[in-house]
Amino acid sequence: MEWMEMTAAELGKKIRAGELTAVDAAKAALEKIKEKDEELNCFVTVDEEDALARAARVQEKIESGELTGPLAGVPVAVKDNICTEGVLTTCSSKILYNFKPTYSAEAALRLEQAGMVMIGKTNMDEFAMGSTTETSFFGPTRNPWNTEHVPGGSSGGSCAAVAAGECSCALGSDTGGSIRQPSSFCGVTGLKPTYGTVSRYGLIAYGSSLDQIGPIARDVTDCALLLEAIASHDKKDSTSIARESYDFTSALKDDVKGMRIGIPRDYFGDGLDPEVAAAVRGAAEALKDRGAVVEEFDLSLVDYAIPAYYVIASAEASSNLARFDGVKYGYRAEEYEGLHNMYKKSRSEGFGEEVKRRIMLGSFVLSSGYYDAYYLKALRTKALIRQAFDRAFEKYDVILGPAAPTTAPKLGESLSDPLKMYLGDIYTISANLAGLPGICLPCGTDSQGLPIGLQLLGDCFQENKIIQAAYTYECVRGRFPLAGQQQ
Amino acid sequence: MSKQYETVIGLEVHVELATKTKIFCSCSTEFGGAPNTHTCPVCTGMPGSLPVLNKKVVEYAMAVGLATNCQITRHCKFDRKNYFYPDNPQNYQISQLYAPICRNGYVEIETENGSKKIGIHEIHMEEDAGKLIHDEWEDCSLVDYNRSGVPLIEIVSEPDMRSAEEVIAYLDKLRLIIQYLGASDCKLQEGSMRADVNLSVREVGAKEFGTRTEMKNLNSFKAIGRAIEGERARQIELLEEGKQVIQETRRWDDNKEASHAMRSKEDAQDYRYFPEPDLVPVDISEEWIEEVRSRQPELRTEKLIRYKEEFDIPEYDAKILTSSKQMADLFEAATALCGKPKKVSNWLMVETMRLLKENGQEPEDLKFSPEHLAKLVELADAGTINSTVAKEVFEHIFYEDIDPEAYVEEKGLKTVNDEGALRETIERVIAANPQSVADYKGGKEKALGFLVGQTMKEMKGKANPAMVNQILKELL
Repeated sequence: MEWMEMTAAELGKKIRAGELTAVDAAKAALEKIKEKDEELNCFVTVDEEDALARAARVQEKIESGELTGPLAGVPVAVKDNICTEGVLTTCSSKILYNFKPTYSAEAALRLEQAGMVMIGKTNMDEFAMGSTTETSFFGPTRNPWNTEHVPGGSSGGSCAAVAAGECSCALGSDTGGSIRQPSSFCGVTGLKPTYGTVSRYGLIAYGSSLDQIGPIARDVTDCALLLEAIASHDKKDSTSIARESYDFTSALKDDVKGMRIGIPRDYFGDGLDPEVAAAVRGAAEALKDRGAVVEEFDLSLVDYAIPAYYVIASAEASSNLARFDGVKYGYRAEEYEGLHNMYKKSRSEGFGEEVKRRIMLGSFVLSSGYYDAYYLKALRTKALIRQAFDRAFEKYDVILGPAAPTTAPKLGESLSDPLKMYLGDIYTISANLAGLPGICLPCGTDSQGLPIGLQLLGDCFQENKIIQAAYTYECVRGRFPLAGQQQ
Repeated sequence: MSKQYETVIGLEVHVELATKTKIFCSCSTEFGGAPNTHTCPVCTGMPGSLPVLNKKVVEYAMAVGLATNCQITRHCKFDRKNYFYPDNPQNYQISQLYAPICRNGYVEIETENGSKKIGIHEIHMEEDAGKLIHDEWEDCSLVDYNRSGVPLIEIVSEPDMRSAEEVIAYLDKLRLIIQYLGASDCKLQEGSMRADVNLSVREVGAKEFGTRTEMKNLNSFKAIGRAIEGERARQIELLEEGKQVIQETRRWDDNKEASHAMRSKEDAQDYRYFPEPDLVPVDISEEWIEEVRSRQPELRTEKLIRYKEEFDIPEYDAKILTSSKQMADLFEAATALCGKPKKVSNWLMVETMRLLKENGQEPEDLKFSPEHLAKLVELADAGTINSTVAKEVFEHIFYEDIDPEAYVEEKGLKTVNDEGALRETIERVIAANPQSVADYKGGKEKALGFLVGQTMKEMKGKANPAMVNQILKELL
């Protein structure tokens, strides 16, 4: 097996055993990127020289016994909205085209502490706003399973890079499904942790109350390992929560006997592709065969999640993105007259269409006279959705469903109709509104050969339940191939 | 002017809190410093940075709230106020709108018309902005974020004041309370206390308030007084002419003693306030409130009573001594060291006030240490130096904070108590002034004073005046 076909855990083990060095692993990843990324465009920045230097330093520490962790020496990619000191961090936006942070995000620092070698920054929808990675200023990323299709978004670059074997694993961020939906489209495993589990310090905010950084990898084991590496209670992030336990790998057990799994009937209505529905139900059957108690139930309020999400996320975004004004860093219009003209021109030229649409939407819902009707109502809806999940988790350990209504659409199909694109977030958004953890892992392919994702949601702080269910399913399913790899 | 008008005034007072670090990061709040040296990713609004609340800010805000009889909000929250300006690095200010930390308080003021309660609508916490400096030479603007994120509280009064006198009494009361709490130095000139005046006029007896204006840029109590008089006159003139007062923000120019409109209500920005998602609500427990309450220092009202009772200081003097925390602290510390409250009070009331006035300074500017004042009191009291020398030494303490003992020693200012030396000098003075001697003997008491003066002059002021008197009389 090629190095880059291995999971992160397998690669880490070989490195620790001395069968290859961290430098060899980094070179193998960089090689793959050279081979494939011109077509796929997963990366905004590939940091070759620094990556090799970092790998050499890591290798020394592995040899000296300073680094002994399971992921030491493993190449990793980081989504381009996560700050990395001295390395371009653009959010795939023209307005940050030249921005090099003076500090690293807590999650990025934790990767470093685990001895992982960052090889580059991955493409995304501009400021994480989008479901296809087509809104990037640096051009769309293509789905490695079929390059006429999108990889999903907004963490499309990270998911496609893992699926293509350009890196062993990656960090993404998930505000409304941005880890789980592209994981579904790219046939990789992605986990959105409970809100407050991974520090947001250094994550360039989209919707602050919804954003979470999470792992994207080849399988459930890698996700659990990577989550263990990045999760922490961080005093620099006031919304970070001190959890009782940061042990996620002990949940890697092939056992769902007696586990109660609920399937929301509401998730299998109109708009769900029959092939997706069949694959997801198949996965449910597999878990039932392994001893889980699987039943259907009515979750309710599903239709309200999308409007509530777009009001809250856009409102926060309109304020979060105000700092990009051409004054301190990033893009500034070349010609302008006076301060206000400089603001207007820099922002008009620096932001793309989708970002501007959401800034305007968010500014509108916060404006005086509309705040109560839109923003407050959305917050109340959010609270009701949380209650609906609370009721569901009284009965079930895990909620099972699809991650997206379809498999990956073709490039250019989604952006013409933003409302339709927003509706594609229906299965993922509620987890962000309720703060819940969710994992998406492949459960088959459709007739076009595109991957289908299975989503498992857990109650807050119950990552271990969804990890255990996902791991058990994975044991039944067997190893899922990389894009283009023989099954 | 045929009608009688009443002025209605409410104040918004911003106070910079005396924390060592900023409200949402650990940068220093120290004033001065090269531009952008007290900064970090948080207070310069770098992408991805997040605020973390400084607990001390909450405690100071609570302390001010408790001292002004406010209710403390148990579950208080921060909100974002959105507006674009380069001194505001995130283009939003973290402030409090929906659940400010303190509400419904009051302070009692005293004016010539007796005492009156001025209501406090709310006190909220927020962050200060940076400073813009326009470079005329280069024709560009520069931003210094050293002040960005310095903690502020905004104290919003009810429209309960009716005159400049009441406004100044209210501000003075707030200033003293906050200084005594140690929550701020409250210097108007330096901007650590800033007041915006909301003012309207109405006919005496009217039920409704008139249209109000907000006056900004008031940098001293005097400017506030003048601005209130000016704005009252301007509004009355408009009404008398049958015109309307426009609701607007005006800027006071104290040199011209006039104001001009900055922006009208129509231009007012929509700040699109919403709850700050990067901070969690602050839950204030009963225990925390009690802890802060128990640490509240003695405030002025209590000190006034104590000075009268404990030190037997007259009311008028006690008021002056407590008119600033700096002065009261000096008084108490020096008294504790020398045990002579009346003497210490005397130095502060007379010489200190005279020198402050001469230099156009405020009691907050006092720099000398209580140890040196206490030593001076002791030196004078023991007769080691006479009162003339003591005054001279005090001036050096006032300006340079010298150690009086060392100074007296070094300059040879000790009173001469050596009888032999005195006798010798006095004999010389008597021999040199036969006319005065004759006058004295002829019954002119005044002539003795002249001879004492001559002796002191000969002794360069260091003679013990009582001894001089005694020996002179004896020899004559």
